[in-house]
Amino acid sequence: MTGVRVLVGTRKGAFVLTSDGTRTDWNVSGPHFAGWEVYHVKGSPADPDRLYASQSSGWFGQVIQRSDDGGSSWNPVGNSFAYAGVPGTHQWYDGTPHPWEFARVWHLEPSLTDPDTVYAGVEDAALFRSTDGGQEWTELRGLREHGSGPHWQPGAGGMCLHTILLDPTTPGRIYVAISAAGAFRSDDDGVTWKPINRGLRSEGIPDEDAEVGHCVHHVAMHPSRPEVLFMQKHWDVMRSDDAGDSWREISGNLPTDFGFAIDVHAHEPETLYVVPITSDSLHYPVDGQLQVFRSRSGGGEWEPLTKGLPQSDCYVNVLRDAMAVDSLDECGVYFGTTGGQVYASADSGDSWEPIVRDLPPVLSVEVQTLP
Amino acid sequence: MIRVVLPAHLRTLAQLDGEVELVVPAPVTQAAVLDALEAAFPVLRGTIRDQATAKRRAFVRFFACEQDLSHDDPDAVLPDAVLRGVEPFLVVGAMAGG
Repeated sequence: MTGVRVLVGTRKGAFVLTSDGTRTDWNVSGPHFAGWEVYHVKGSPADPDRLYASQSSGWFGQVIQRSDDGGSSWNPVGNSFAYAGVPGTHQWYDGTPHPWEFARVWHLEPSLTDPDTVYAGVEDAALFRSTDGGQEWTELRGLREHGSGPHWQPGAGGMCLHTILLDPTTPGRIYVAISAAGAFRSDDDGVTWKPINRGLRSEGIPDEDAEVGHCVHHVAMHPSRPEVLFMQKHWDVMRSDDAGDSWREISGNLPTDFGFAIDVHAHEPETLYVVPITSDSLHYPVDGQLQVFRSRSGGGEWEPLTKGLPQSDCYVNVLRDAMAVDSLDECGVYFGTTGGQVYASADSGDSWEPIVRDLPPVLSVEVQTLP
Repeated sequence: MIRVVLPAHLRTLAQLDGEVELVVPAPVTQAAVLDALEAAFPVLRGTIRDQATAKRRAFVRFFACEQDLSHDDPDAVLPDAVLRGVEPFLVVGAMAGG
């Protein structure tokens, strides 16, 4: 029988949650790397036993861990993330130039085809790649040096490259997103880059239609249609049908279009999920009711999904990398909260059950569908 | 033999149970001890000091003989008691947070 493995990064370690295809009984393994922040854990599509984890600490810096047995055991690999050349400056919160400084790895994206190739999105924003299983990391400097880099400015959470999408059909096409710079695309395997933010409007920046400066929170795609992108921006849920060349708003009837997480159903490319969060100053669900919203029409029209979710006194947040889907016949949807719950739906979001309730604040959730 | 005591998180990372004993060629300085430590346990590279600049990470402290050596010159010779192995060189995670 097929199964699922849910990879959870938290403020105090990583957890691996496993179940068979029924997704009713769960085994919880962890904490791995206890006491360290684990921003992200992700498995290789080419080898499900190959996992990468970003382990970091304000005291002791960055460690990258690798598992070759599906998370049963781990080994540290390379942790040197040196910017190429003289990195120069970006803008600081007060608008003054600030030197590029590595802080941590926010997101690890394994190659679709090679278990030893993996991309790392880091703070201060840059994209690195390893082709030897995480031992050595090389910056894809064309992103940071494409021209707008000196004008990038951190969001409240830091100037992080948090989203990496690898196009499964167009060789060499990579999308990334940075807070608070925007979305960018490379069509030559990361050598050159261009901003793809036309159509985004952000009231929090002086020029609402600027080429860069938008606080993109997350971007998702369906692998069967990688030119269609869905974005949860600081405010606004957006859609692009031309690989990011232009965007239009699809917030529709959402109770608020602020949020962090967004994802796409595994088998229905027009079915989307978001978790509306009250506002940029109130990082919790509207009226204390935790609701996932689903659109079956590619955005614009949304329905609340509440069965099994707390509908009173709930004041958690769902962070940008904390939602994922499995690809079983009936698509499973998963998300984690800053209150330490990981919720799972085995019926495309119609109903939800907590897998665990009391983990440390959840930073990321990824899912592997196992043969 | 130079004795080095690491904080719990770094002992876990390096798979160590107790303190570390290192042979460090003279002159025995902070930098020389950390060089020897990182050579013996490469996983510790970048966790105590920056890999590019070799500067101490902000929330790491170095103590020995009831003295805070964190702001000393990395190339200054360590106290005699550390050199003789009577006292350990302590790598400490600074008190920080709430």
